[in-house]
Amino acid sequence: MKKPSRARTTATSRRQFSRRTLLKGAAAVAGSGAITGFPTIWAQEIKNIELRHVGVSYSVVKAIGDQASKDLGFKVTMQNLDTSAAINRFVTQPASVDIADVEGWQAKLATKRGVLQGIEAKRIKEFPNILPIFTKGEINGKAVSRQGISPFEAMYISKPDATTLHDGVADYLTFLPQVYNADSMGYRPDLIGREITSWKELINPDFKGKAAILDVPAIGIMDAALCFESAGLIKYGNKGNMTKKEIDFTIDHLIELKKQGHFRATWTTFDQSVQLMAAGEVIIQSMWSPAVAAVRVKGMPCVYAPVNIKGAKEGYRGWCNGMALMKHLSGKKLEAAYEYLNWYLSGWQGGFVARYGYYSPVPSTAKKVLSANEWDYWYEGKPAKAPILDPYGVAMEQAGAKRDGGSFMDRVTNISCWNTLMDEAQYMNKRWNDFKVA
Amino acid sequence: MTGPGEAAPSRRSLMQRFASWLSIAPLVLVLVPFFVVPMLAVIAASFMESDGFGGIIFHPSLDNYKELFTSMLTMNLYLSTLKFTLLSWLFTFLIGFGVAYFLAFHVRSTLLATSLFLLCTIPFWTSNVIRMISWIPLLGQQGLVNTVLTGAHLVRQPLKFLLFSDFSVVVAYVHQLTIFMIVPIYSSLARIDKRAVEAAWDAGAGRWDILRLIILPLAKNGIALGSVFVTSIVMGDFFVVKVMSGGNSGSVVAALFENISVLQYPTAAAQAVVLMLVVLLIATVILRSVDVRREIAR
Repeated sequence: MKKPSRARTTATSRRQFSRRTLLKGAAAVAGSGAITGFPTIWAQEIKNIELRHVGVSYSVVKAIGDQASKDLGFKVTMQNLDTSAAINRFVTQPASVDIADVEGWQAKLATKRGVLQGIEAKRIKEFPNILPIFTKGEINGKAVSRQGISPFEAMYISKPDATTLHDGVADYLTFLPQVYNADSMGYRPDLIGREITSWKELINPDFKGKAAILDVPAIGIMDAALCFESAGLIKYGNKGNMTKKEIDFTIDHLIELKKQGHFRATWTTFDQSVQLMAAGEVIIQSMWSPAVAAVRVKGMPCVYAPVNIKGAKEGYRGWCNGMALMKHLSGKKLEAAYEYLNWYLSGWQGGFVARYGYYSPVPSTAKKVLSANEWDYWYEGKPAKAPILDPYGVAMEQAGAKRDGGSFMDRVTNISCWNTLMDEAQYMNKRWNDFKVA
Repeated sequence: MTGPGEAAPSRRSLMQRFASWLSIAPLVLVLVPFFVVPMLAVIAASFMESDGFGGIIFHPSLDNYKELFTSMLTMNLYLSTLKFTLLSWLFTFLIGFGVAYFLAFHVRSTLLATSLFLLCTIPFWTSNVIRMISWIPLLGQQGLVNTVLTGAHLVRQPLKFLLFSDFSVVVAYVHQLTIFMIVPIYSSLARIDKRAVEAAWDAGAGRWDILRLIILPLAKNGIALGSVFVTSIVMGDFFVVKVMSGGNSGSVVAALFENISVLQYPTAAAQAVVLMLVVLLIATVILRSVDVRREIAR
């Protein structure tokens, strides 16, 4: 087996392949015959390695770590924290993490803090196949929005130990995109009675006392901005990096809405958003795609609003989580980490996350593990020909169901801003608390 | 040359001093590294400056405090948190005192009183997060309470104020914290000499006078201890407010937490120091009125 086969359809051949690449890398590092390439010796060498992959629960999933451990022969432990606890741990306890799961804005922070090491792009086998949204900041030849911190913007550094981002393509990566989606709103079609395709509906007085918004300041304010822009109240320079004046305008309007009793609640976690909708407390709210699916599984009609870009308004708020290598990784552990990154993009994970509505940066590998029916439903936006099962085998949708928001391309080409951390974050937080306490 | 008579006392006093140091040593060994040192670090950080991405710049100034004390937000957050503290304190006190009074004076058998007292603790076998969240299906618009009320035609529309409101926050706090009132008040009341009550009764005092002039003064220590527990817990909490108000109310700690989530440590540290001083102040005022040492030593 001199050349690994390109078509890696079975787990076995994938395992053999990735082990070989790792061996090459390890041998190069060792520089001698210390590791001679016998699988048994290699198995001895790696079986004590443990990689701690740390991040938020919707991105760092135990089932994925378990599969990786099985395929790779060393141990991958998944640890979940909320967004805030995660970034705090990455910058204050970097040695307690091996692989940090970060969003673009967190990659930017962690890079500045100097707790990461650059990922060598050429050691990522699927790198050329990663969608150009991430690697080049474009899709179908069209530039992807740079409002907020786009993955492309946060992705490159010029040297492995650089502490400032590099604008444009370079040889080293701050983080390797692994899962992403486009967020919008969820609503109850039975109670609203018409199709919602625009953010301004979230602040429509018709839904007074029955609406909710996301209470994570950094992204909640962007949802609010999308609403106000959609209603024609303001035009932002960059929704993802507002000026103090824009922040004031946005918060003042939120406070006004709150005083009118517009918001039934605000939510912080996935589960809260599901509960609000399922318990009939709200009929429209900013919401994540899998949360909408979770409401439907409870037997309640719920639709994910397609908010395609119209002129300079509307569009989804995109987010992307990626894996970053902590600075302390070296030697065999670093080799194992590269092997893990390569495994991650090789298909299994892409198929897994597709089944709850998230996307892989390398759809071509995910396609290999999805059935034609699944691929058509999740990626192509076509009606299901057979029941659609979630990653754990529970039926989610019946035959004939169609995914809200249409195909993958319809969604990702309509992302108009990205999750972010504004330069005026501290001021914005302060004003957001004005909104909370008003 | 010193005689044995002179050397002995000084050696004894040395021994005594050593023994007393030794007896507080465990506490000191725990408190210094796990409380004093982190506290000093927080206080030090509160005077520094943030570099905007998690770093602390050594540039001592009072800016963080100036910012805090000149902001209306601080005022509003404290008003909101104090409102919840006061309401929670009032209701935990009324309920806690009522329960403790009943157990101490109306239940004749000590065994029964003790068993009933233990019954009060049963809800606390589950986590307080679960106890809080269980209120949501009960108080929601399609919850049990509203279903019953609309079903019985007592209200036409489901009552919205039941959930995601100040009301639901106070309900959750009272549910969680009443036990902290019951325990110390019961322990005070149980020690009241029943003969004092009987004597007052015989002397012609009414029920209200006995409560006001004998029982309340003697229960003062227990009430003070319970009040310290309740106020300091509510002041330092943000989770109950966040969940039960449906995110509609802010709190001092929630604002502090938002700063930590964007790595603004110095500002958060200053907020923590101010909160600590406020809570200390409240506790001091409460404890000034009683002799806690006596209460605990008794």
